[in-house]
Amino acid sequence: MSTTTEPPRPPGEPVPGRPEPEPIKAVPVRYPGRWIVAAILLVLAGMLVNMLVTNDAFDWPFMLDNMFTEPVLVGVRTTLILTVLCMAIGILLGIIAAVMRLSGNPILVAMAWLYTWFFRAVPRLVLCVVFGNLGILYSHLEFGLPFDNYWMPWLGFDGDARFFSVPMNDLLTAFMAAFLALALSEGAYMAEIVRAGLLSVDKGQTEAAQALGMSRGKVLRRITLPQALRVIVPPSGNETIALLKDTSLVSAIPLTTELFFQLQAVGNRTFNLFPMLVAACLWYLAITSLLMVGQYFLERSFTKGDRQAQTGVKAMQSKAGA
Amino acid sequence: MSENASTVPDDHVTATTDDRMVVAENVHKTFGRLRVLRGIDLEVHRGDVMCVVGPSGSGKSTFLRCVNHLEKLTAGRLWVNGELMGYRQRRGKLYELHETQVAAQRRGIGMVFQNFNLFPHMSVLGNVIEAPVQVKRERRQEARERALALLDRVGLADKSASYPRQLSGGQQQRVAIARALAMRPELMLFDEPTSALDPELVGEVLDVMRDLAREGMTMLVVTHEMGFAREVGDTLVFMDEGVVVESGPPREVLTNPRHERTQAFLSKVL
Repeated sequence: MSTTTEPPRPPGEPVPGRPEPEPIKAVPVRYPGRWIVAAILLVLAGMLVNMLVTNDAFDWPFMLDNMFTEPVLVGVRTTLILTVLCMAIGILLGIIAAVMRLSGNPILVAMAWLYTWFFRAVPRLVLCVVFGNLGILYSHLEFGLPFDNYWMPWLGFDGDARFFSVPMNDLLTAFMAAFLALALSEGAYMAEIVRAGLLSVDKGQTEAAQALGMSRGKVLRRITLPQALRVIVPPSGNETIALLKDTSLVSAIPLTTELFFQLQAVGNRTFNLFPMLVAACLWYLAITSLLMVGQYFLERSFTKGDRQAQTGVKAMQSKAGA
Repeated sequence: MSENASTVPDDHVTATTDDRMVVAENVHKTFGRLRVLRGIDLEVHRGDVMCVVGPSGSGKSTFLRCVNHLEKLTAGRLWVNGELMGYRQRRGKLYELHETQVAAQRRGIGMVFQNFNLFPHMSVLGNVIEAPVQVKRERRQEARERALALLDRVGLADKSASYPRQLSGGQQQRVAIARALAMRPELMLFDEPTSALDPELVGEVLDVMRDLAREGMTMLVVTHEMGFAREVGDTLVFMDEGVVVESGPPREVLTNPRHERTQAFLSKVL
């Protein structure tokens, strides 16, 4: 709507006939507080390094010698396997429970609610101990028709209607108990995260998909869930890290091939505990950092539409600037 | 439900002899205590363009959403292409249709929304081929070719690899129209398709809709574009407070409104 008659100029080019203005040169605002805080922090950091080097309780050579022994590495493996396995099953359970919760089918809603209620209410440490002791409840796991001990005699039959049985001790190994406790607990937390993700997707998306004739399942699989993942992935990274750390609880089952138990055992055996505690911190730090890298790339791949839009805008801007 | 309603088809009447694409009979819709629709009777004939205008809150969008059963009617009956929407009727008794059957009914009805509602995680091409491939089980290659032809028709052949966020509002709405057309609908519903657009982008969307009308598509358009209604519409319906106040040929209604409320509304928007 310009009143002048000159032809439109591409944006970013100077107006002809007008000299380029001189860029602003001004004295920047000073922040002396920042320098004081930096100096204090520097002194504190120096004190910390000094302590790490001079305090014999750290016993660095001992720590390095015992940090990579075979039992510890087995512990790392168990911890990693438990984390990955329980998280995978937890995500699956979480998606199933969240979809049930939002299905509108009252039976499914109630089942999902009960599941999340129970497994979020009971602490993981307690769950581990309970699952470790399920053998007390049943010595054998048996498959057959329900309530056979009542109706078989009533109908005049001898024996039972059980087809095969497995000793509980064979089935419920310490690893199995740890896996069940952590995976079921993780599923309950993931259910809430997935539900939040699904609810975050605009209702118009579902309507548009329905208007195209898509069934409820298709809408979920093709439209809502893929968009919900953008919201689900960041807190899931959090959950993975929390789960990794909670694998240290499984020594209560007892599953003793786990990382923290192994490091502590070395410390207790040699009466040199503190270096092994430092080793535990370093191991968990290292694994967590690794997981964070994975999370970064995962998040990047789920914001594809956004990112390509951004690069598109940048390309247009650079074209305009050239 | 009257058995002798001879002017109204039962469900699954032979659709070919009937040239009425949409038949609404005494459609009511309430949300809690709010009565949004209070008895709508309408007929849209095959190949016709019906424009629905009215003040906001008059229930025109709700009515449109009732047509493809995104909203369930509280009372009344609604037929599209001879099929009773959302129900099966046997001996005067109504049976709710299963969700998959409703989905099947919607396949012949395209809908375009005010906020476009493109799928942001899919490319433009992905948006257009999604329903043909996933719902109609068309071969991906065929769907792709048809999608590109449709995108060409709405003037966006070069944008097929873009993502919705990279497009202007007008372009997004044209993609949304192409996406709806990909299902080969016999009826197109437009829910204020230009209301969310910058003024200079309205024209490009209306052009596409004008072409569509010229090719004989049956269209039900909720709009505020009186110029479009006058030029393209076969019928203009003025709705207020959940009822049809007045309807007729657009020129007549616009230049010579009979009803007081129509006059008051038109004096504000024209």
